[in-house]
Amino acid sequence: MERQFIVRGMAVGAIGGLLAFLFARIFAEPQIQKAIDYESGREAAQSLLDKTAGMPVEHEHAEPFSRAFQGNVGIGVGIIAFGIAMGALYAVAYALACGRTGKVRPRTLALLVAGGGFLALYLIPFAKYPANPPAIGHEDTIRERSGLYLLMVGISIVVLVAGTWLGQRLQARFGTWNATLLAVLACAVVLGAVMLVLPSFGELSANVEAYGHHATETPLPLRDAQGRIVYPGFPADTLFAFRFFSVAAQAVLWGTIGLCFAPLAERLLSPRPDTSAAPATA
Amino acid sequence: MSTSTTLDGARTGSTPVVLGGTRAALWLFGTVLLGVALYYFIGIDQGATSVFGNDTHVHEFVHDARHFLGFPCH
Ligand SMILES: [Zn+2]
Repeated sequence: MERQFIVRGMAVGAIGGLLAFLFARIFAEPQIQKAIDYESGREAAQSLLDKTAGMPVEHEHAEPFSRAFQGNVGIGVGIIAFGIAMGALYAVAYALACGRTGKVRPRTLALLVAGGGFLALYLIPFAKYPANPPAIGHEDTIRERSGLYLLMVGISIVVLVAGTWLGQRLQARFGTWNATLLAVLACAVVLGAVMLVLPSFGELSANVEAYGHHATETPLPLRDAQGRIVYPGFPADTLFAFRFFSVAAQAVLWGTIGLCFAPLAERLLSPRPDTSAAPATA
Repeated sequence: MSTSTTLDGARTGSTPVVLGGTRAALWLFGTVLLGVALYYFIGIDQGATSVFGNDTHVHEFVHDARHFLGFPCH
């Protein structure tokens, strides 16, 4: 049984990844290009400032792949492979959840597990450390930022699994509806506390040293020696659009996984196909 | 996997326990490893840590996906 789950999970993950890629290609790529254009313009303005100040000018290093390749092929391979990875983990979670999460139909469980994956592996970490387009993010802090992001993902998984367990324990006493609400509340309180305690990216020591106290690494306006703005801060609309499409693409991915896996699970877990539902006349 | 639990679940319309034995555990473990390895190469490698040393081909190849899927980058 577990092998059927795994194969089907990876297949629906690949389909979800493909749809998320098409979505990204249409909606996200223009925003990513705007962010990269902003970054190049800023680098040019910075070089000009450095030259006037008599400082050495940083040279751009050669990129191994062209923008067209990254924005058409690389993003496709990356998102589809991510979909397969999520489908594989999803199948394992589904197999483990079967029979351990109360009285719930196979197809309902398929949607619930997909919702849990979307929340734990993306949306909850996003709430603390949202996705950023190119041009946002300081190279010196990549280790700390990756560590904190993965920590947030790990905590989200643990808290949601613990919340599911808690809900089961409370169900006998409070009934399904109230037990679910209590478990959700407990998860929200714990996750809220974790987010309060973890540092913002802007407050990492390397950032405070270089830029002072800010919540994020989003570029502020570039100023010359007299304090005049010579290049604007990162465009807010581009940032919003990029993040909104990022959430939407993950919703497409996880939604596809849940909706496509649901009928497959229903068929796998039923002893024989439900003939009574078939119409009497063809 | 126990037949009685499967039928119990099927009769009530809810999901049965479907796992049992070391074989199932190994399959699930291997699948998790595969999923995590893919996740690592798409999201993390040649950024915070690198398994191929000081190379950026993996990073640059999946670069746009890495940003868009929510991973920290640059
Ligand atoms: Zn980047």
